[in-house]
Amino acid sequence: MSHFVNGLLRMRRGAWEMLASILIALGVFMLMQPFWMPAFTYSFTITLIGTVMFIIVSHFPE
Amino acid sequence: MANNAIDRIARSTPSGFAKRVRGLSDRTIAWIFVGPSILLLLAINIFPLIWTIRLSFTNFRVNRMNAPIKFIGLRNYERILSDPDIWQTMQATAHFLLWTIFFQVLIGFTLAYLINKKFKGNDLWTTIIVLPMMLSPAVVGNFWTFLYQPQIGLFNYVVGFFSGADPSSFSMIGSVHLAPWAIVIVDTWMWTPFVMLICLAGLRSIPDSIYEAAEIDRASKWRQFWTLTVPMVLPFLMLAVLFRGIENFKMFDLVVQLTGGGPGSITTLTSIDLKREAFEKWRTGYASAYAVILFVTVFGLASIYVKALNKVKER
Repeated sequence: MSHFVNGLLRMRRGAWEMLASILIALGVFMLMQPFWMPAFTYSFTITLIGTVMFIIVSHFPE
Repeated sequence: MANNAIDRIARSTPSGFAKRVRGLSDRTIAWIFVGPSILLLLAINIFPLIWTIRLSFTNFRVNRMNAPIKFIGLRNYERILSDPDIWQTMQATAHFLLWTIFFQVLIGFTLAYLINKKFKGNDLWTTIIVLPMMLSPAVVGNFWTFLYQPQIGLFNYVVGFFSGADPSSFSMIGSVHLAPWAIVIVDTWMWTPFVMLICLAGLRSIPDSIYEAAEIDRASKWRQFWTLTVPMVLPFLMLAVLFRGIENFKMFDLVVQLTGGGPGSITTLTSIDLKREAFEKWRTGYASAYAVILFVTVFGLASIYVKALNKVKER
């Protein structure tokens, strides 16, 4: 966990890509889950943030 | 004759132009070759994408071309993301996506594993198994509609034969509970061969020497399967899942032919709903916002998936 936080603080690609991937996965889950309507409403925002973040952070150093 | 033609063309080329062409760098020549493809890509992929994003912020309707186009900000997105019907459509798509991929991977890998064993008639069986994939989705949809007929359908008869139920007592495409499974069965039937072929390529790429080394080390068949076969086929399997995932996310033709999105809207997948919004209700701006949401979802998923695939390949 501390390795992950360190990576985020030092702007390392691996950690930020992981964070972006978690956001995308969470967004897609929220979009398709059958349990809670507000989660569906905010799903696109989360997915969009994750996707844009993924594109940006894939240019960060390893 | 050919030489004469070439000579004639060479002679007719203005000397200034000929000199300029001869002086081009490799990079420039490469750009000349690649340029038309890039232009085409921009014209038929990138430009429509940007145009769709622009339209998604408007109230544009393509059947009212002369009406003034009003910029309405994020209202289309707000309406889509608070619509319970679209939420239901997303759930139907998720159900279809998850189960088709699960069954296709399971059956496809098993078939590939069996076909990879040397036996008599191996090639014939491969050809037979691959046949459904070669058919048109419209044809498949049509003949499965007949197979699912409660009165005369072969599917109902077979299920009735094994379960003892009356074949006409249930309707696969008329029942709210069975229709989602009806489309899963047909898609699995049609596209499992595709997954099988990719897995077969993976299995055949594993050198025999690795298994021989494992045999010498007295590794059991079970252990060989989990520590050699599965990890070495995994990149291929992931590729198959990526292809099928993207393809099934935009599944349209097969389901329209089979159920038309019914009964009610239980098998209305996102692509069917999107088509209705765009070309039946003519709400172009709204449909554009819908398309953008689907695009971002697929793009995001594909991005993390490709990253995972590269990691598996690096191992």
